[in-house]
Amino acid sequence: MTATVELLRTRTIAVRARGGRTGYLLAAVCIAISTVMLLPLVLSVFASVKPTAEAAASPPTYFPHEVSLDSYQRLWTYQQGLPTYLANSLGTALLTIALTLLLTVPAAYALARFPIPGKEVIFVFLLLALIVPYQALLTPMFLTFARIGLTNSLLGLAVLHTAIQLPFSLYILRNSFNAVPRELEEAAIVDGASSWQALRRVFIPSTVPAIVTVALFAFIMSWNEFLGALVMMSRSSKFTLPLILATSRTETSLGGTDWGMLQAGVTISIVPCVLVYLLLQRYYESGLMSGAVK
Amino acid sequence: MHRSRRSRLIGIAYLAPALIFVLAFTAYPLAQMIWMSLNNWSLITPPRYVGLANYKRAFSDTQFWVSFVFTLKYTAIITPLLIVGGYLLALLTAQNTPLRRITRTVVFIPVVIGLGVSSLLWYWLFSTDFGLVNRILLDLGLISKPVLWLGVDADLSNLAITASVVWKVIGFGMILFVGAIQAIPTEITEATLVDGASYRQRVTRVILPLTLRTVLLVTLVSVIGSLLAFDQFYIMTAGQPQNETATSVFYVYLNSFPYLKLGYGAALSMVLALTILAFTVVQLLLTRRSHA
Repeated sequence: MTATVELLRTRTIAVRARGGRTGYLLAAVCIAISTVMLLPLVLSVFASVKPTAEAAASPPTYFPHEVSLDSYQRLWTYQQGLPTYLANSLGTALLTIALTLLLTVPAAYALARFPIPGKEVIFVFLLLALIVPYQALLTPMFLTFARIGLTNSLLGLAVLHTAIQLPFSLYILRNSFNAVPRELEEAAIVDGASSWQALRRVFIPSTVPAIVTVALFAFIMSWNEFLGALVMMSRSSKFTLPLILATSRTETSLGGTDWGMLQAGVTISIVPCVLVYLLLQRYYESGLMSGAVK
Repeated sequence: MHRSRRSRLIGIAYLAPALIFVLAFTAYPLAQMIWMSLNNWSLITPPRYVGLANYKRAFSDTQFWVSFVFTLKYTAIITPLLIVGGYLLALLTAQNTPLRRITRTVVFIPVVIGLGVSSLLWYWLFSTDFGLVNRILLDLGLISKPVLWLGVDADLSNLAITASVVWKVIGFGMILFVGAIQAIPTEITEATLVDGASYRQRVTRVILPLTLRTVLLVTLVSVIGSLLAFDQFYIMTAGQPQNETATSVFYVYLNSFPYLKLGYGAALSMVLALTILAFTVVQLLLTRRSHA
């Protein structure tokens, strides 16, 4: 045994010594890849801070010769104005988070702890959207939404986004609720707590990481989603950020696209996602693993 | 007895909102889509039952096949790039050194930004006269005049869009592969080191076989995602030239919304949904088997 460990140690050292030059090469490859991956984002930010004339120059410049917020100013007042589109995107994303949690937290609780007949069948049925892509359901959904006044409505778009996000969220939460130790809730029930109180005092506090993961994925999906918003929103005052940016690309193409403004919009759309991801990276990656390995 | 009946009712009450929601916003639209696909229906005329006529029409519709074949071609090109590229990145960054962690984070950043937004970014980078891709290639002397990347030639558009999407999603596979590689028990890694296996041998005989299930899963997720491609083509080529780069989802969208051929759009949606279903069933079977 000791001999093996000793042998292993010498081998490892040998590998390391041999790997000296390879080690530097691999580190250089890591740095090169990171640079290539970051470059488009950096160039977009650079383009967004070029003065108006430079942003429209052909051939384009790599670095801004002068920093200016002209493009952001034009975006601020473009059509209904940036605040409207930001509010639409943010409003839809927050409504999606709220709806998703309101529906899936109680459902996960029920599936994890209550003696419901046909529970497994119900669970599979709730995951229906996993096997039917929402892209295929948009035509009938649009008709129904048009009839009940949910087109051109942030709530309507949030309902669509919730339908997309529900299976993943329910799956994550059910697993997390299943993992709550029974002793915790039994203690609460002995103390005379109702099931609702047990949910609030025992389950929700012990499943915070899963709840954060669900909220995070709902936010990123809703903030970024394009096709559903394109179908549901026809009035430009209801456009989300990606929609108005896509419109600005085609609308101004006759007189030349406003590239500086477009990249200002791209930068503004990217910043919240990247920030939320970097802050909550742990939750994001754990969600990805458990979601994909379902 | 009484207690269990009561708790059953309480459980159903907690479950009801989600159940009603899925019935109303997933199951009902699905049923409606099947019904619509059997009718001739535009928003102006009332629906008229036509049986399978919409489906027959699809199979003799040239654009349906152009879109379908183009989507398959896009999928066939991008999937190996994403899987092989993602796996190589995972092998490179699987160790938890600071530099490798940072590389992983950086490669993953584009995954969290929107596909629509990243398409708008690349729409600018690939623009003929104002984009930096042509500027870089001209400065390096690789091309002598600006290339018309988007919307003029279908293959060139496909190439440009594939490059942009590889940038956007390659980190997805990488992160899952890293997870799988790191889950390999250390005893196995140590044993192969003791046996004096070379790095190449360790990858082909140990790491790859032990992470094969994740590779299959990521491949299926990627294939399904690519078969449903829309945003990147809508934004970067608008389907041009002559709808040659209009994907399957794009063609459903065109029929249902701008053209308002709702019955026909629903039939196309059904064909799409069934194609995806076939792949999903394969995915579920694969996961089911490896769980047992």
